[in-house]
Amino acid sequence: MKYIYDIHKIMSNKNLILVYEGEFTQDITKSVLTMAERNLDSLGEEVNTKKKVFNVMVECLQNICKHSDIVVSDEERGAVFMIGKEEEFYVIMSGNFIKQDQVEGLEGKLHHINTLDKDGLKNLYRDLIKNSEISEKGGAGLGFVDIARKSGQKLEYNFEPVNDQYSFFAFKTKIARIND
Amino acid sequence: MNRLEIAGTEDTPKVILDKNEGLFEISGRSLPEDAAEFYHPIITWLEGYSKAPNTDTAIQIKLEYFNTASSKLILDVLTKCEKITGAKVLWFFSEDDEDMQEAGEEFSELVEVPFEVKQY
Repeated sequence: MKYIYDIHKIMSNKNLILVYEGEFTQDITKSVLTMAERNLDSLGEEVNTKKKVFNVMVECLQNICKHSDIVVSDEERGAVFMIGKEEEFYVIMSGNFIKQDQVEGLEGKLHHINTLDKDGLKNLYRDLIKNSEISEKGGAGLGFVDIARKSGQKLEYNFEPVNDQYSFFAFKTKIARIND
Repeated sequence: MNRLEIAGTEDTPKVILDKNEGLFEISGRSLPEDAAEFYHPIITWLEGYSKAPNTDTAIQIKLEYFNTASSKLILDVLTKCEKITGAKVLWFFSEDDEDMQEAGEEFSELVEVPFEVKQY
């Protein structure tokens, strides 16, 4: 039973206001969004900050949904989504399994996004929105570009190999609580 | 031409397209996972309408949020508006919503249709 207390302590120490672990679907995305939104409302957060947090959450959650069918083993499946509230930032974190052969491509996209400034991101977004196909389920990386633009911060990420086939993709975005 | 009306939900916008009433509006939240499926009837309707439009058509877009999956389809909707003679797009953003204002301005640069970005 001690782990209940442990989890509670970790969550308090890390200032996590919401943690969801498990299966991800559009319905669950909607529930998590509703919960997070109520949370932000009750904290009396400023509208622009709230909208940015909401936008980043949507992109993160829908990204996770795309990989939700991956089962590494009985113990290693599903994904995790967390929101932390620090003094100056909201921190949105997600973790999910992805196929090993997708790691290089994703890492390249994220790295490229982090090399761009405000205008560079705007141009990349423009190119992607104009040239991507309708049928493509947002797989062009538009989501990550949007996250980088809305947050105004560098994207933080890590790939932890789980076995030959899969890696665990950890992703973190910060949203400033005070407009500068 | 039949009126197209879709009630808004927590993740899809309210849509009213009505030639007789002169109402053309998309409003609310647009966060569907499959945006192509949601926007398909809207794009088809606009395509039909462009063949025999009213003298003036003011397409009002008043979105609170939209996801990147929707953004491509919103661009497709706006591209269809280019083909409607006498059309103009009114993109609304709520007070201080800089991201939505910027989104409107960026869309306006991508299409060749009279475009106003306005606060509501």
